[in-house]
Amino acid sequence: MSLPSAIFFSKFNSFFDNSYEFSYNVTPLTMRKVKLLWNRIPDQLKRLLIPVILVIGLFIAMRHLFVPSDFGKYGHYRASAVEEVASKEIKYSGHRVCEECHDDIVEIKKNSYHRNVACEVCHGPAAAHTQDPEGNQLLAPTGRGYCPLCHEYLPSRPTGFPQIVSESHNPMRACISCHDPHDPKPPTVPKECEACHADIARAKALSHHVYLSCTQCHETPPEHKVRPREFRPKKPNNREFCGTCHSKDAPSPKEIPRVDMATHGERYMCWQCHYPHLPEVH
Amino acid sequence: MDKLIEHLWPILKQITGYIYPNEIELHWGILIVIYPYITGLVAGAFILASLVKVFNVKEVQPTYRLSLLTALAFLIVAPMPLLAHLGRPERSLEIFLTPNRSSAMAMFGFVYAWYLMAVLLLEIWFEYRRDLIIWAKEGKGLKKWIQRFIALFSTDTSEKSVEFDKKAVKAITVIGIPSAFLLHGYVGFIFGSVKANPWWSSVLMPIVFLFSAIVSGIALVLLIYMVVTLVRGEELDIVCLDKLASFLFYVMIVDFSLEALDFLHRLYESEESIKILAQLISGKLFTSLVVIQLLIGMILPLIALASVKLFKLPVELRKHIYFVSTLLIQVGIFATRWNVVIGGQLFSKSFRGLTAYKMTLGGAEGLLVSLGFLILPLLILYVLVKILPPWQVKVKISSN
Amino acid sequence: MDKIDFKIKRREFFGKFFFVAVSVLFPGALKGKKDEKGHFVRNTLREVSWGMGIEIDKCIGCGRCADACKKENDVPPYPFFFRTWVERYIILEGGEVIVDSPNGGVNGFKPRAEERKIIKSFFVPKLCNHCDKPPCVQVCPVGATFKTNDGVILVDSKYCIGCRYCIQACPYGARFLHPETRTAEKCTFCYHRIVKGLVPVCVEVCPTQARIFGDTKGRASPLVRFMRMNKIRVLKPYLNTEPKVFYADLDMEVK
Repeated sequence: MSLPSAIFFSKFNSFFDNSYEFSYNVTPLTMRKVKLLWNRIPDQLKRLLIPVILVIGLFIAMRHLFVPSDFGKYGHYRASAVEEVASKEIKYSGHRVCEECHDDIVEIKKNSYHRNVACEVCHGPAAAHTQDPEGNQLLAPTGRGYCPLCHEYLPSRPTGFPQIVSESHNPMRACISCHDPHDPKPPTVPKECEACHADIARAKALSHHVYLSCTQCHETPPEHKVRPREFRPKKPNNREFCGTCHSKDAPSPKEIPRVDMATHGERYMCWQCHYPHLPEVH
Repeated sequence: MDKLIEHLWPILKQITGYIYPNEIELHWGILIVIYPYITGLVAGAFILASLVKVFNVKEVQPTYRLSLLTALAFLIVAPMPLLAHLGRPERSLEIFLTPNRSSAMAMFGFVYAWYLMAVLLLEIWFEYRRDLIIWAKEGKGLKKWIQRFIALFSTDTSEKSVEFDKKAVKAITVIGIPSAFLLHGYVGFIFGSVKANPWWSSVLMPIVFLFSAIVSGIALVLLIYMVVTLVRGEELDIVCLDKLASFLFYVMIVDFSLEALDFLHRLYESEESIKILAQLISGKLFTSLVVIQLLIGMILPLIALASVKLFKLPVELRKHIYFVSTLLIQVGIFATRWNVVIGGQLFSKSFRGLTAYKMTLGGAEGLLVSLGFLILPLLILYVLVKILPPWQVKVKISSN
Repeated sequence: MDKIDFKIKRREFFGKFFFVAVSVLFPGALKGKKDEKGHFVRNTLREVSWGMGIEIDKCIGCGRCADACKKENDVPPYPFFFRTWVERYIILEGGEVIVDSPNGGVNGFKPRAEERKIIKSFFVPKLCNHCDKPPCVQVCPVGATFKTNDGVILVDSKYCIGCRYCIQACPYGARFLHPETRTAEKCTFCYHRIVKGLVPVCVEVCPTQARIFGDTKGRASPLVRFMRMNKIRVLKPYLNTEPKVFYADLDMEVK
């Protein structure tokens, strides 16, 4: 055994001898037994004990030193992380704050189609503006680029949502020269239905029904063009309506296809199998 | 920030179909391929070593100590690629300090520490203790002190204490085998438990990982043994080689069957993801999966090893077959890891499209660093062999 | 047999009797308990559990949500990082499905020229589902991502080690690695807004109210009404993550 380690181990052993002397409440007999047991442990294991204790001690010390004090307060995470996320700065102030000052706009928007479109959709994040209205002026898009984000015709948009084809819809003119964005009524009531129902118009264009006007099937109150969702067009509700052109004895031109209304399609309504705007398909 | 995302723009053009926009960046790159490859080698090498002690396979005795040192060298390197790939490597200690018990990855710290300290280091220490004392007595200079330190200044070479060493080695090996299974099985579980990813999510994953690990470990030790023995100018122990190759062959059969089972199972169940996975295998993964992993890394060596078993081939030819086969197996197993890790990220979780992986040359997650991690264990092994020679040197001591 | 049944019933009866007796004698004993941290223990007070409803038939694909989210939350302005995004589905004659999300919908959508007839088409806004059983929280090795007591999944950017296991574990692609902080990031339901009584910014700016935010356990709220009035579905229900983003009129092609 090398010298330093020999000293270390002799101290180690004497430590145990001393502890025997100091342990008043342990009888000498049990202490001797423990000592006997200790001596029976092979020398290798005793030596290995040192690195093992070192590693475990290091681990415990590190846990005490490096684990954040609020870790595990609510769950297996740093409790202050919640507050850190929650304290992030707000950039979009929300329309309620805008309405506190701009009551003139509120008045215009109140009954308009855009009443549910929040101010910041067009004007951008306004939190800075609410803090310092003069220093942080907000802008609004004025060109033809912004409104089509919502209103350009796309077949994926829900039916009835007002859409235009910007190539043909008053090209070169800014949207806001005709439409007040806070109350975007059309300047003139749309003459044609396809102004709003472009997808139907497209389907119909491919069909023989292209020659039928919309109102031939849809009896439409004139108010529909101004308040479309409150005054809805009617739809045919019986087979006989289609039969006025397509039944065997209808007084319509000869080239129109005919069916025997009594046997064709049994109990189904015509439009349960045929799409009236494009009946040629399936 | 422009610099940080430069590498992502070209990938935009390589996307086919639709992928979620956040999936354009592929997160686990070459480093995470290397990590299971290396742990696989560790587990495999250790299981080979335990063949000697637990199952008393006398023929492979010459590779026993070499296997242990190989396992240690690779185990030291194993966490390095993990560390290098972390976004915040300086916070890595948190895995030990506040491990999330439900996380397979958090258990890495503990499985790794257990395997390194309670199994591998202990076994090597007990195995070498007596030799270290004797070498230190005869040695000189720094090496003498290193050897004394490693022996923890133990001096007892009595019959009784050596007897205890032997018992300890045996006991540790018995604990070590399930530990090695745990080490690499758990790596498989890290992938196999990700239910979001149909390419990974499989109960067979840990077992497939394990058997491919044993294949790669045995092949690696066989390779290193051949190279080292030739370098030392000594005679190859052909009985040992034959036995190792024989084990390798059987484990490969099991590994191959498991992978085939996994494949057939997926094909037969044909779940929602089958379309995109079929696209993946027949397209972006074809070379690395079908050509390299299956043909070059599995079928070719299997045929070679089978022919050794079937026909009485001359010794020289057998050596050559073993050498080439083990090399091919290494390439094949590396491709296996690649196909799991990279393959599992090439398709979108929307099952509608494929993305691309573009490896960089430099940088922390680049090819050069990766090559470094593959070479480093060999350097460590060289140092280990110098300090702890796995073969009998100078004085003739029978350690067993 | 009869005897045994009777015994079990009797035991049950006494159990219930005991429960009733205790609650009558000590009304405080069985409800409204606080733990030592001052937090109300589960099921004792009305819990808050935030969630979101999305009406597919109202979404016009303007992408204002994705745009506002990037600005509100300082999400890197590149097409690789999104806390929320909008997908467009186009289903063609013959069943072929085309999905796209150019820049996550931040710049809106342009019309596409399709060779075949479109059978149907719609937009689907996506975001973190704030799952009740979040796989990302399950796999985080260090406890850097977690569920708050009001059911929001957050990331602790000062504790995250950037291992990206959570990104792998998320079935919805809702997470990304912030290129500068090198830590995981995702939608927080605008936690900094909702704690102050505001709605998430995507809900604020949605011009058609396709997004509805609220407490899933509340008594009367737009979200609860939405959930009652619609046939709702969640994404990838078979993974049992129990998402808290609910979709009305969701098509089977949406994954």
